[in-house]
Amino acid sequence: MAKVVLPDNFAALTGGERELTTSAETYRDLVHELTSRWPALEEELAKSAVAIDGQIYQDAFIEAIEPDSEVFFMARIEGG
Amino acid sequence: MAEAVDYKQIGTRPVRPDGVDKVTGRARFGADLVLPNMIHGKILRSPHAHARIKSIDLSGALEMPGVAAAISGSDFPSVEGGEVGGEGGGTLGDVAKNIMARDKVVYHGHAVAAVAAASVTQAEAALEAIKVEYEVLPPVLDVVKAMEADSVLVDENNYTNLPEKPEKPSNIANIGHLERGNVEEGFEQADLIIEREYKIPMAHQGYIEPHACVASIDETGRGTVWCCTQGHFEFRTMTANLLGKDMADLKFIASEIGGGFGGKTVVYLEPVAALLSEKAGRPVKMTMTREEVFRATGPTSGTVTRVKAGFKNDGTITAAQTWSAFEAGAYAGAPTMPGIMAIYAPYELENFVVDAYDVLVNKPKVAAYRAPGAPQTMHAFECALDEAAIALDMDPLDLRLVNAADEGTQAPYGPKFPPIGFKACLEAAKNHPNYQKPVPEGAGRGVAAGFWFNIGMQSSAEVNINENGTVMVIEGSPDIGGSRASMALMAAETLGVDYDRVRTQVGDTESTGFCNVTGGSRTTFATGMAVTQACEDVIAECKNRVAMTWGLDADQVEWQDGKAVPAPGVNADVQPLSLAEIAGSAAKTGGPIQGRASVNAQGAGASFAINFADLKIDRETGKVDVLSYTAIQDAGKAIHPAYVEGQMQGGAAQGIGWALNEEYIFDEDGVMENAGFLDYRIPVASDLPMIETEIVEVPNPSHPYGVRGVGETPIVAPLAVCSNAASRALGQRLTDLPLSPPNVLAALDG
Repeated sequence: MAKVVLPDNFAALTGGERELTTSAETYRDLVHELTSRWPALEEELAKSAVAIDGQIYQDAFIEAIEPDSEVFFMARIEGG
Repeated sequence: MAEAVDYKQIGTRPVRPDGVDKVTGRARFGADLVLPNMIHGKILRSPHAHARIKSIDLSGALEMPGVAAAISGSDFPSVEGGEVGGEGGGTLGDVAKNIMARDKVVYHGHAVAAVAAASVTQAEAALEAIKVEYEVLPPVLDVVKAMEADSVLVDENNYTNLPEKPEKPSNIANIGHLERGNVEEGFEQADLIIEREYKIPMAHQGYIEPHACVASIDETGRGTVWCCTQGHFEFRTMTANLLGKDMADLKFIASEIGGGFGGKTVVYLEPVAALLSEKAGRPVKMTMTREEVFRATGPTSGTVTRVKAGFKNDGTITAAQTWSAFEAGAYAGAPTMPGIMAIYAPYELENFVVDAYDVLVNKPKVAAYRAPGAPQTMHAFECALDEAAIALDMDPLDLRLVNAADEGTQAPYGPKFPPIGFKACLEAAKNHPNYQKPVPEGAGRGVAAGFWFNIGMQSSAEVNINENGTVMVIEGSPDIGGSRASMALMAAETLGVDYDRVRTQVGDTESTGFCNVTGGSRTTFATGMAVTQACEDVIAECKNRVAMTWGLDADQVEWQDGKAVPAPGVNADVQPLSLAEIAGSAAKTGGPIQGRASVNAQGAGASFAINFADLKIDRETGKVDVLSYTAIQDAGKAIHPAYVEGQMQGGAAQGIGWALNEEYIFDEDGVMENAGFLDYRIPVASDLPMIETEIVEVPNPSHPYGVRGVGETPIVAPLAVCSNAASRALGQRLTDLPLSPPNVLAALDG
């Protein structure tokens, strides 16, 4: 099962839960899983970046998630 | 994975393709375009930092000689919500109100109305005929006081963005928070605790070229906008949305740009010029004065930051706790999140917490500025590290080495770092001749780290092969830091041709595919990835053409050193064909040869830096002299090392300026008192020594040539470098920037 870590600002929407495991095989499946469980997360997820095994995606979609993957949601960064 | 290989083109230093035009004055910047029948737009700006607009009467202006159009906020469509990209971007609704006030003015210099007239003089005279009635309100100027519950509100409709809407509005727009471990336990393990408050003033990006544009909108509402911008595609989108137009009806052309540094990622003039042009039926040019640039375009946040850090006697950081208040200006969007994500990034920390507040004040709305948020927060923590090094009698580089993040370290913002070059930068600094020299008598040496995440995002590129085999690269990224040269080098390397055979141009919004802004240190990485893929597309097509010519299958042809050759083991009695030979016969083999690629580039590699400098202070005058400055940074792979060094030097110069002199000075009414380069003092050449550079190259495995991106990181370290050097020179900790003579003397006086 892949490990998923949610950022601190998601905690209020997930009842304080910040870490979970998932069997989702793609980012799209993971988002579906999260929003099914916590519908209020949809808006936050839409404006978040995600790191899958250290690789940061500003606009993830169908990226693969392996059983031993680590997935971190984080704020989007742009810069000057 | 990118390896340290001997490239033939990449890593060379060809003369910059835009250099001669820029030094001879031929280059055309935003204000240089002149169109037939063109008129001039000017903006009336608020004399108050905070006031309700009771009425605006444009009729006097419309009766003035030469005036063709006059507008105010009510002439723009109502726009709500919608995120605008980038730090400081905020919402489209806020951008709409920022470019032209609606019911309130919220900073001194806020746009209230605009006119277009036959001459600038006539336009300025017409502004004086506009009657605006205000109800003046008290301004909110202090970021900490603005957070108090009973503070005057900049925006009565601003509620802190929390999962449950607060009962009362507030000047706090957003709160960022990160934590890991247990800071209380961490502090209990500490042998030393450092605790300080640091202040950094609001500062401007200080680009030399003021904002400027020409808009020509016809009677159907369609038209063209020429402007200096970091991203003409996103300017088109913003302008279309702010005016209620279809983006397909607007063509945006990016001029040469005289600096942006993040400040030209958001629109100010373009929608105003377009609306004036549409009303006047003539092209309208608008050019800001320097005073307007200071008063009404995005500076970066001033901050108050409180840091508490615990250390073991061997220098190990046991815990860190940070609180930071960021001035957003008059609309939400201070770079709090990147600030708190960056602050501890160079270090391996088990226990930390960091909170940051995005706070409205009656000052200009902030915009992105190189590594937004990171210089402010990292200044505080890097100063705390220096104070700890002094207290523990450790070399400041050694203290950082004890705690340095490396591949596999879990970044404070979540993921584990892939290969990074922070330790390599620290080792390079320790071995640098400038660091091994003794500190000059009476001076202090400051050390600090820099960091930026770097980003990818969307880019497009086309590569056309001319009949003689020369190569035309078209990118959609405005060239701010040398992208035409770096794209040409990557194209030359990929195709196996000489750099001199490649030309690059920046296409407009109708002649190439979408590109996000040139910013975030993304262009060499992401647009370079698109150019590389477009060249690979060309190679694939060339192999098809040659296979056809030789009567082979495409997979029986290989590309080596710019020529098609039979693949190993293929028995063909043929001579290699060069790109020029293939292009010369393209008409017979299928027509012009072209490659193209569009990417949403992922896998940007973080860039770390170490800077150090020797500063000396005149105790009688408070003047600070920078005796030497050395910047060391991991670039991944430096495509054009001279441009990389230029980014490092430019960022250092900007950071030194912010540290030593630059600040917005407001009077009690919220009026900026130093809105010009005579009083807002950026460094000039005579103020600085040669900024010495050393490029560290730890390739980014996610880029075909190992690029990380270099433009953001160089501005991060200099603030703390200067604070630390000055504090060591004086033997007392200086906490407030800038280290201007009055501030230094005040600190010396206790």
